[in-house]
Amino acid sequence: MRGTLTVKGAALLIWALLLFAPFLFQDVRQIEVAARIAIFIVLVASYDLLIGYTGIVSFAHTMFFGMGAYGVAIALKQMGPGWTPVLLGSAAGVAVALVLAVGIGLLSLRVKAIFFAMITLAAASVVLVLATQFSQFTGGDDGMTYRTPDLFKPATKLLVDAEGKVLSIAGVKMNGKIAAYYFVFVISAVLFWAMLRITGSPLGTVLKAIRENEARAEGIGYRVVAYRTAVFCIAAGTAALAGATYAVWLKYTGPQTALSFSIMIDILLMVVIGGMGTMWGAVIGATLMVLAQYYLRDLMEVAAGATANIPLLPELLNPERWLLWLGVIFILLVYFFPSGIAGTIIQKGDKA
Amino acid sequence: MSLLSIQNLSVSIGQYAVLHDVSLKVPQGGVFVLLGRNGAGKTTTLRAIMGLWQPSPGSIRFDGEDITSLHTSDIAKRGIAYVPENMGIFGGLTVAENMVLATANGTYDPQRLDWVYGLLPALKTFWDKPAGALSGGQKQMLSVARAIIEPRKLILVDEPTKGLAPSIIDAMAEGFREISAETTILLVEQNFAFARSLGRDMGVIEDGQIVHTGTMEAFAADAALQDRLLSLSAEGAA
Amino acid sequence: MSDLFGKLGGIYLLPVALALIAFVLIGAPSSWLTLTVAGLAMGMLIFLMASGLSLVFGLMDVLNFGHSAFVSFGAFVAASTLAALSGWLGAPSILLNIAALVLALAAAIAAGLLAGWLFERIIIKPVYHDHLRQILITMGALIVAEQLILATWGGTPTNVPRPAFLEGSIIIGDAAVEIYRLFALVLGAVVYLGLYLLLNRTRIGLLIRAGVENREMVESLGFKIDRLFIGVFMLGSGLAALGGAMWAGYVTLITPALGAEMLVIVFIVVIIGGLGSIQGTLLGALIVGLSANYVGFLAPKLALASNMILMMIILLWRPNGLAPAAKGH
Repeated sequence: MRGTLTVKGAALLIWALLLFAPFLFQDVRQIEVAARIAIFIVLVASYDLLIGYTGIVSFAHTMFFGMGAYGVAIALKQMGPGWTPVLLGSAAGVAVALVLAVGIGLLSLRVKAIFFAMITLAAASVVLVLATQFSQFTGGDDGMTYRTPDLFKPATKLLVDAEGKVLSIAGVKMNGKIAAYYFVFVISAVLFWAMLRITGSPLGTVLKAIRENEARAEGIGYRVVAYRTAVFCIAAGTAALAGATYAVWLKYTGPQTALSFSIMIDILLMVVIGGMGTMWGAVIGATLMVLAQYYLRDLMEVAAGATANIPLLPELLNPERWLLWLGVIFILLVYFFPSGIAGTIIQKGDKA
Repeated sequence: MSLLSIQNLSVSIGQYAVLHDVSLKVPQGGVFVLLGRNGAGKTTTLRAIMGLWQPSPGSIRFDGEDITSLHTSDIAKRGIAYVPENMGIFGGLTVAENMVLATANGTYDPQRLDWVYGLLPALKTFWDKPAGALSGGQKQMLSVARAIIEPRKLILVDEPTKGLAPSIIDAMAEGFREISAETTILLVEQNFAFARSLGRDMGVIEDGQIVHTGTMEAFAADAALQDRLLSLSAEGAA
Repeated sequence: MSDLFGKLGGIYLLPVALALIAFVLIGAPSSWLTLTVAGLAMGMLIFLMASGLSLVFGLMDVLNFGHSAFVSFGAFVAASTLAALSGWLGAPSILLNIAALVLALAAAIAAGLLAGWLFERIIIKPVYHDHLRQILITMGALIVAEQLILATWGGTPTNVPRPAFLEGSIIIGDAAVEIYRLFALVLGAVVYLGLYLLLNRTRIGLLIRAGVENREMVESLGFKIDRLFIGVFMLGSGLAALGGAMWAGYVTLITPALGAEMLVIVFIVVIIGGLGSIQGTLLGALIVGLSANYVGFLAPKLALASNMILMMIILLWRPNGLAPAAKGH
């Protein structure tokens, strides 16, 4: 059990750091990183529900994420700031995501798992093109900026001191930015907890049985297609909620932040790094990857500058080669390290 | 000197151990029958011999050579033919194309082809038809014909009577009797009447282990033993 | 009714039906002719790109998400070759024109064969029987390949020169038909014919068709599928590179994103056509090529979505695609 405890401990530590992030890291960029980590934990955990717990690969997870984000963004843009558009937009985004998920699931999951991967890829790219084409609603390639509920304005005073100024606790101003961060944190934590409950429930057991041996699960009488479609819908709905939350946090939604294929690649990497089939692994994978995105790229730039006189090295360290290295690392991980960090620690620790 | 000898063979598929410590000697010539219930490990044994499952551990020797870790295609080239339970017919190919693939270099020995036609006359009638359109019995005959179109040392046959009409089964028994005059046959069966009419030596497999070996004559005479090992003497007599 | 449909050619009539419906909707015969030729040419090029993917899947159950890297690779190699031979391209001698084109296409095919060999050995072989890791690894390989192409050729669109003798159009009645499209059409048809003969008239082809149906049985008859497989894989990547090279000349402006764009179309084609058979792939490619051109003319905004809708309809009707290879197991 030692391995499992280590992994859970690490994941809980990350959650604890996220909980106190505004007090621990007061730089704007650091809070940005913390919020992104929280969102991506949910996104990766929901994807892991699919790939790790049922063994099917979808390339449409970003699409569902984007539907939530665009739902909120369009609603806020059209109706102005307020809670009604946030709720309506989220609901609409989740609804569209669920309808599409049911459609894709029923259409392709009954044939072959491999069709599913192809069809989700096709669907995601069609949605991406449509989102950029219908620019009167979506802002096209530029995306759209909008205002969020007044509570999240930086000028909003959550707590005031005796003089009517914004109260500071441990040097942190209790303003709208804090409210926005905890909005993101609470939603992410609740969604993560819900998914944890799902994997521990009888449904999780059935899913594992299907993953281990599909034919046998079918023989026992599980309706494999129905279960898979259900999980696909849960994952899609959760991703859409994460997207909606992220749209509120960013106050901007565009193809690059909500729909682009590079987000899908990020999610895949996070799942593989963390370890497929463990919700706790998602926490570790998302954290490491987001940190790398924010800080390793800077490091590459510095390194490329420092090695400018050496042949070849600066070319390889050029931040533009980021995706190349990600691809190489991804392949190597899937080859040599398929159970990821969490999976490996659990296996090794539990054996010892 | 046995033609095929299996030593302490174990096979696991996924996390399920299907065969444990199976040892079996198939002598040269005649029909060796391996009996057992559904799921006892009969098919797995044949697949392991054919190299379609890797044993862990265990060894398989054929004709004086260790073939345990050979590739399936190399095992086939040693002179072992396989007639699987699902017959393994290429349904999109014609009967002729199915047959030509079973020859070593794409050409037939005319005398041998005549002999195969004689054994399995339906083959000639359907020569240019897609194999997928054949009836179950005809597919079974085609599968057997592929196995014998070249001279082989050993033919592995997996439940050839499954789902076939009794009249066809009789004809098939006749065919196997003639084939066994030149080639050793390892026959896996549940149909005891059919097995008894062909077998010289036999074994019984149960839960992935060999529980009995001996001659068919002795086994057929011992109703109590049959009852204990197969509980299918009633079925077999029917 | 369905008997009659079957006798007339069954599902293979779908492209004809599509063309007839478009004829009525478009109204102008000259536009219709131009679009039909464009659609067929596009279909043939997509067929080149998709045929290998389909065969490889049929034979080994390997779905290569990196397949479209061969398409981009072929496109860029051909573009560079043509640029290097630009003197020959502009020359008045048609022989020099043809020599430049043949060299460019040959370079693309050679690059595709080599890339295919490397890809199969390094990427695919370790994950033959593991679908999940196979999808992930080939997707990773696609990213790496695309980034390598980006690093080599840069991100700015590359111009692709065409040989002079393929420039311009033939006027048929009121309709202008581009010569390059006719060339693509003929080349695609020749390749299809070659593949058809290979698969149906040779022993290797017989083995491939048998292997698509039941790999284990082919091995049990004494043949090594692995060796056959790498051959088919390389053939497929070579054809994809040829398709990419021809596509580069078709669109005349290419970016490293080309592969990813084509991947989606190629997937739609093999899903519509059914995996494992070249007849199915050709059928799917022609349907997609025609409908893309017709819809692009009638309702430009729906062009891409129309492929998706087409795929959905066909999957509802035939879950395994129109003409998949028979699977024996």
